[in-house]
Amino acid sequence: MELFLQQLFNGIMLGSTYAIVAVGLTLVFGILHIPNFAHGHLYMLGAYVAFFLMSMYGLGFWVALLSSMAIMALVGIVLERLAYRPLRNRPHIDSFISAVGALMILETSVIVIWGPQGRRIPNPYPDIVELFGVTMSHQRLLVIMAAVAMILALHFFIKHTTAGATIEAVAQNREGAMLVGIDVNRVSSLTFAISAATAAAAACLVAPIFIISPTMGALLGMKAFVIVILGGLGSIPGAILGGYILGLLEALGGGYLSAAYKDVYAFGALILILSIRPTGLFGKEVS
Amino acid sequence: MALVKNLQKRWWQLLILGMALALPHLLGSRYLFQIVLMGYLFSIATLSLNLILGYTGQASLAHAGFFGIGAYGVALLTKAGISFWLALPFSALLSALVGFLIGLPTLRTRGSYFAISTLCFGVIISIVAGNWISLTGGYTGVVGIPPPTPVKLPWGGQIGFEDRMAQYYLVLGFLLFTLWVMNRLVHSLLGLSFMAVRNNETLAGALGIDTFRVKLLSFVVGNFLAGMAGGLYASLIGSISPSTASMELTFNWLVYLLLGGVATLSGPIVGAFIIPLIMESLQFLAEYRMLIFGALLIAVIVYFPRGAMGAAEMLRQRVRGLLHRRREATEGVVAGQEP
Repeated sequence: MELFLQQLFNGIMLGSTYAIVAVGLTLVFGILHIPNFAHGHLYMLGAYVAFFLMSMYGLGFWVALLSSMAIMALVGIVLERLAYRPLRNRPHIDSFISAVGALMILETSVIVIWGPQGRRIPNPYPDIVELFGVTMSHQRLLVIMAAVAMILALHFFIKHTTAGATIEAVAQNREGAMLVGIDVNRVSSLTFAISAATAAAAACLVAPIFIISPTMGALLGMKAFVIVILGGLGSIPGAILGGYILGLLEALGGGYLSAAYKDVYAFGALILILSIRPTGLFGKEVS
Repeated sequence: MALVKNLQKRWWQLLILGMALALPHLLGSRYLFQIVLMGYLFSIATLSLNLILGYTGQASLAHAGFFGIGAYGVALLTKAGISFWLALPFSALLSALVGFLIGLPTLRTRGSYFAISTLCFGVIISIVAGNWISLTGGYTGVVGIPPPTPVKLPWGGQIGFEDRMAQYYLVLGFLLFTLWVMNRLVHSLLGLSFMAVRNNETLAGALGIDTFRVKLLSFVVGNFLAGMAGGLYASLIGSISPSTASMELTFNWLVYLLLGGVATLSGPIVGAFIIPLIMESLQFLAEYRMLIFGALLIAVIVYFPRGAMGAAEMLRQRVRGLLHRRREATEGVVAGQEP
C-alpha cells in the first residue's frame, strides 16, 4: 500500500511536468500544425539557461526560472521564424525534418557550451514531509502546485485575453482568422513563445530533482508527442489528462513491473492505441 | 545495335562501376578502407529508407531499429554456429516480418503520426537491446562476431572473408543487389503506385490503388533491405551494441538521404559517401560539426527540398534548356540568311 501511494505521488509529480510540456506542444502542433519535434530540446535548453544564470550570476531559483522563461520565449520565436515559417505550406514531413535539424543545433550548442556530462541545480526546497507513509519533498510538491497554477494561468490567458482569443481563432479557422485581420505570423510567434516558455518552466521546476543533461530532452519530447496524440491534437484538456495518465503509467509500471522498461510502456501504449484508433484516443481526422 | 545504344546511354554508370571495382586496390590504409565499407553499408540502409520515405512518402523513423534487428539476428545466429549464408537471409526476413507486424497498426496513421509511432518503436528496440541482457549482452553488446562463412568454389578452393578485398566485393555485391531491386521496383507499375501514394494518398485511393497494401509492401521491402544491411554490418564489423539500433543512426541516414537527394537512386549513395567523408575531414571542428549539419539540414529542406542530386538535375535541365534555346536562335539566324 505504501509503495502504491509512493508511486502514485511520483506519478502525479511526473505527470505534472508531462502535462505542462505537452500543453506547450499541443498549442504548436494543434494550432499551427507544426510537429515541433525539437520541443523536448527547448525544455532541455530551458534547464541549462537557468543552471547558467544560477551558477554564473548567482541568481535565485525563482529569478532564474523567470529569466529562463523569457529567454526561451525568444528562442522559440527565432526557431519558428527560421525553421518552420518557410515550410508553412509544405507537407508535415518537411517540418519534421527541419525539426531534426533544429534539435541537432540545440543539443550540440549545449554540449559545446556546457559539456556532455550531467549537471545539478541546487535544490531550493530540500525539506521533506511524511504523509501516510509517503515521502514527499517540498520541491516535488512545488512541481505539482506550479503545474496547476500554470495550467490555470494559460487557461485564463486563452479564454479571457485578446491575444489568447487570436490564438483560438487561428486554431478554429485559419483562413477566417486572416480574413478578419488577424496576423497569423504574429500568432505563430506568440504561440511559439508561450510553448517554449512553459517548457522552460517545467524543466526548471524538475531540474533540482533530476540531473540535467544534453540528452534529457529527446525522450521527453517524444513522450510529449505521445501525450498529444493520445489527448487529441490541439486539445489542452486532452494534453493535461494525457500527461497525468502517462506519468502514472510510468511510475506504477516502473514500480511494479520493471524500472528498466518504464519508457517502453508509454511508447508501447501509443502504438497499441494508434492501432485501434489511427487518429489518437480523442483525435479528429488530420490532413 | 540496341546494346551499343544502351552502352552509350549508360557509359557513366559503367565508368562508376569500373571505378568501384578498382577502388580497393587504390585504398592504402585500413582506415580509408573502413570508411568506404561503412559508406557501402550505410548506402544500402539509406537506399532502403528512401524507398519508404522518398518514394512512398512515409517518414519511418524506426529504420535503425530494423537495421539492429538484422544485426542482432546475424550476430546471435553466427555466434551459435549457424552459417552466415543462412543467418543473413533469415535475419533480413525477420526484420521484414517485424516490419510487417509493426506496419499493420502504424501504417494506418498518416504524416507525423506515422513518424512518431515508428520513432517510438525504434526507441523500444534500442531499450530492449540495452536491457535484455541474457540475449543481447545489454549495453556492452555482442562482440567477437565471426566474419562471413567461407564459400566453397565448385572447382575446389574457397573464398574466405577474413580478407578485406573479399569483404569489399561482398558488400559491393549487396549494394548492387539493392540498387537492382530498387531500380526494378521504382520503374514498375508498383513503383508508380508508391509515388502516387506519396503525392496524394486520397487521390491514389480513389483511383483504385489499395494504398494500405502499397504502403505496407514498401515498408516490408525497405525493412528487409535494412535488416540485410544490419546483418552484413554485424558480420563485417565484428561487434554490435544498442547504438546499432539507435535513433541517432536513423537521423544520420535521414541527413544522408535529404542532403544526397530524396527519391533518386544515386542520391542516397552520394549522401552516404560524401557526408561521412566531410565529417571525417572536419574532425578538427569536433562537436561544432553537428551544428553545421543541423543548420545545413534546415537550409536544404527549406531551399533545396530535393537535395544535391535534385539540385544537380535542376541545373542540368536549366543548362540544357539554355543550350537548346541558343541552338534554336543560331539555327533561326542561319535559316533567315537563306535567300
